[in-house]
Amino acid sequence: MEFLSDFLVSPFVEHGFMRRALVACLALSIGSCTVGVFLILRRMSLMGDALAHALLPGAAIGFLLGGLSLPAMSAGGFVAGIATALLSGMVARFTALREDASFAAAYLTALALGVMIVSLKGSTVDLMHILFGSILAVDDLSLSLVASTASLTLLGMAAIYRPLVVECFNPGFLAAVGVRGALYHYAFLALAVLNMVAAFQALGTLMALGLLLLPAVAASFWARQVVTMSLVALPMAAASGFVGLLISYHAGVPSGPAIVLVASLFYVVSLLLGTHDSVRLRIAPPAHLRA
Amino acid sequence: MSAALRLVDVTVAYERHPAVHHVSVDIPEGACTAVVGPNGAGKSTLLKAMVGLVRAVQGRIEFPHRTRAKIAYLPQQSDVDRAFPISILDMVLLGRWHGIGAFGAAGPADIDGAMHAIDAVGLRGFERRPLATLSAGQFQRALFARMLLQDAEIILLDEPFNAIDARTTADLLALVKRWREDHRTVVCVLHDLDQVRAHFPHTLLMARELIAAGPTEQALTAANLLRARAMAESWDDAAAVCHPGEAA
Repeated sequence: MEFLSDFLVSPFVEHGFMRRALVACLALSIGSCTVGVFLILRRMSLMGDALAHALLPGAAIGFLLGGLSLPAMSAGGFVAGIATALLSGMVARFTALREDASFAAAYLTALALGVMIVSLKGSTVDLMHILFGSILAVDDLSLSLVASTASLTLLGMAAIYRPLVVECFNPGFLAAVGVRGALYHYAFLALAVLNMVAAFQALGTLMALGLLLLPAVAASFWARQVVTMSLVALPMAAASGFVGLLISYHAGVPSGPAIVLVASLFYVVSLLLGTHDSVRLRIAPPAHLRA
Repeated sequence: MSAALRLVDVTVAYERHPAVHHVSVDIPEGACTAVVGPNGAGKSTLLKAMVGLVRAVQGRIEFPHRTRAKIAYLPQQSDVDRAFPISILDMVLLGRWHGIGAFGAAGPADIDGAMHAIDAVGLRGFERRPLATLSAGQFQRALFARMLLQDAEIILLDEPFNAIDARTTADLLALVKRWREDHRTVVCVLHDLDQVRAHFPHTLLMARELIAAGPTEQALTAANLLRARAMAESWDDAAAVCHPGEAA
């Protein structure tokens, strides 16, 4: 019992940075699960990933100007993410290049540029922190950033929920009743970028999408409605944050990969055992009904 | 007869090649009009132009008696993602968009209306079922239920009975008849000429240009149909620029 409390609780009792990191992860989970579900429903999982990488050069320029300062890096990351989303969308719209290809091109450029910029001024340790996250850096300021992001995301998603659902499943109907679906699409992208910016402190720019996407993917094996999928994703995201932080603390590994790996574990278990389209149901399908 | 919709010299082009070419016609108010013609005759494009989904490069589309037309539109190939996790009831409720919009709540009256519409298309008991579980025919019924709820004055249907079995077609045609009795204006693209003759008193015969318009029996003469069929479906890269007033 004592061992358990030593292992599970005392890191958070003894260290302020662990408490802050935990609260940050929980807030992140609350905000991002709906965003993650919509990323999947819009078939934008990979584009979201590319978008997360695109934060890097912005964060790197912030780092160049302000050192390891969170406001500078976050602002830079946000601007870079929005710019990439808009530019890739425009390239796809005005040229023959398809959107996935233009996103991939943008993300490779961004990743190379970002690593180059950070290497110019910082050390390999700085680069590691930006790429893979560092819970030690979660201070009160970053905590309020994450909390504001979560609140704004919940309000924002509530506001654009219905048009976004229709834009996902029947964009033609939205156009026929005279609603500009693209506006809601870009509002959603802005919220997604905001969540990735909030996540990159703890998870790093390479895996900022992990806590958004993996729980949502896992939830799709358990639930079949937007709301229930989000509700299933939330505890998985929160648990990934909690367990991942403990692993990071005890094993001395970066927090980003630890948290994302736990989320991946949830994904694998859901894939194997979920109640919809899982491996279990494929291997031993339940008997069919009469009608 | 007054016109619900007036097309004045409408040309719609894709990359400068006209799909609908100098069409001027009145769509009669409160009646059922069929749009007939070979593939590539511009029937779907004409409907899209009426909804405002494509712009006419020339000419204009007027709604003489309305400032803002309430139009319901059923595309030929709907872009519905049928795997999307949404219930039939929620999808049908979207028909009340003009009432509840993006932010309003669906009240008991809206839900009651949706239930009635679902009942009217023969999908009672399917309200809570996810969209993904519907067959093609049931899905078409659900789309009709959404249009019933839209309560539109002008209803545009683009080949609504493609790949739909006889019984479902009969049920849906009964709904079209009900719209006619309500004096709503229905415009429907169809290929089955027997269906047109049986259910649609007015017909537009198109072959990129308007071949004939008027009472169905006068429009669908053997000579007119032959002229429509003779339409070249080709896309002539060397076509000259069309100057209004010149004979085509």
